[in-house]
Amino acid sequence: MAFLSNLVNGISLGSIYAIIALGYTMVYGIAKMLNFAHGDVIMVGAFIIFCGAQYWGLPPAVCILLAMLVCTVLGMTIEKLAYKPLRKAAGLAVLITAIGMSYLLQNTALLIWGANPKVFPGLFKLDTFRLFNGQLSIKPETLITILANIVIMVALTLFISRTKMGKAMRCVSEDRGAAELMGINVNRTISVTFAIGSALAAIAGWLLCSSYPQLMPTTGSMPGIKAFTAAVFGGIGSIPGAMLGGVLLGLIEIFGKAYISTELGDAIVFAVLIIVLLVRPTGLLGKPIREKV
Amino acid sequence: MSETGKLPLLKVNDIHVYYGAIHAIKGISLEVNEGEIVTLIGANGAGKSTTLNTIAGLLRPRQGSIAFAGMPVDGIAANKMVYKGLSLCPEGRRIFQQMTVKENLEMGAFSRPNEEIGASMERVYGFFPRLKEREKQVAGTLSGGEQQMLAMGRALMSKPTLMMLDEPSMGLAPILVEQIFDIIREMNHAGTTILLVEQNAQMALSIANRAYVMETGRITMEGDADELMHDDNVRKAYLGS
Repeated sequence: MAFLSNLVNGISLGSIYAIIALGYTMVYGIAKMLNFAHGDVIMVGAFIIFCGAQYWGLPPAVCILLAMLVCTVLGMTIEKLAYKPLRKAAGLAVLITAIGMSYLLQNTALLIWGANPKVFPGLFKLDTFRLFNGQLSIKPETLITILANIVIMVALTLFISRTKMGKAMRCVSEDRGAAELMGINVNRTISVTFAIGSALAAIAGWLLCSSYPQLMPTTGSMPGIKAFTAAVFGGIGSIPGAMLGGVLLGLIEIFGKAYISTELGDAIVFAVLIIVLLVRPTGLLGKPIREKV
Repeated sequence: MSETGKLPLLKVNDIHVYYGAIHAIKGISLEVNEGEIVTLIGANGAGKSTTLNTIAGLLRPRQGSIAFAGMPVDGIAANKMVYKGLSLCPEGRRIFQQMTVKENLEMGAFSRPNEEIGASMERVYGFFPRLKEREKQVAGTLSGGEQQMLAMGRALMSKPTLMMLDEPSMGLAPILVEQIFDIIREMNHAGTTILLVEQNAQMALSIANRAYVMETGRITMEGDADELMHDDNVRKAYLGS
């Protein structure tokens, strides 16, 4: 039973990583940059939900929608103000800017909400599921997380493969110049990518803090880095890769903590990443880089 | 002014283009009239592709002006130029390798209303029956000739009044080159004006009405394609005889 319980928890934690990793991987695939401020957008989303539920007395669904809206606007603003002027600059300049943006968000949050950890409220009061005569108990947050992950995965896959904007994203990801020649507005496509990634970050913030209800300005930082690891693990730029990488990373972390060592849980996660990258530098589902002829 | 007294469809006036400090295009002027096939020939590195990319809006001229259909289009981004009826089939084809043939064609019609796509696609399949057979295939798995057909078909999907083709013969077997040039002529007969950049001067001159010869960023000769084909200097430099 302990095994089953760990399995469910691992998939749930991995689902959170996967949703965050989608933001990293989409932005990387389309804008060709690593948005290290992504983890902190999660934290902002969680704080908005916290304020909505605790101070403003908003219904749970409204809290989540409000957080998604705020994060979407935040993500698009960050892109427009900080990254867009650097579109033709060297990759290193963009990377440093992204790290700077991450600190800016954390310290602004520190200024507004203070350093004391807040206890994140459970938005939906649901009973714990008990299976096998109560031997296996699953928290409702765990199931909601897994379910949300599946819904997001399906919706995003349909969006990318069926809609005009989704197809435009694939074009920009493959060849920005050729995409422009088709009449695709590359700047707008990148902006929409940030919007989607940031809206997902708000959902991830809610799911993360529902399972681990401690909220402070650095809350998004570690999950952000782990989700980035998951994206690289699965093959950065690949949407199914982010999903696979996220879930595997969650499983490795939970099982590592359960069967090997609690203290070494994070170390095991990163060790696995290093091994995978040594064997497959493009990640599990990453495409090998094609030579341009 | 063209022979009919109308304004030319495309008028490029003394443009200068730089890559950083490198002065790549040193004052080029050219005109393309409606219904023509005009070709721009010259050696590697003469600046032919740079000229097309500048007209398409991918590069900005530092000096000079470009007018399309009587309107100035300087500084208009490439993605807006498509809506004005200009399309570029770029050097190296640049098809979307991971998408299917059909998806590539759909993306070519990005600037058009959705209702038109079916009819445009039938039209493209009329020119390139091979693409219809390969409709569901991923573009990266096509042969070189098929990829060139796809690139041209994709450029045609935006229903351009002027289609610019950059080295359509590159890397193709002679028999395929002839086939591609036949289709260029057909597209022209069907009403698309063509500006063609080629290293294969012989083929280009054989289908063009007029031609410009480029050397290191400048136009050194211009005239009727037939005349240039029989010009001694052109023959020596570009036709190998």
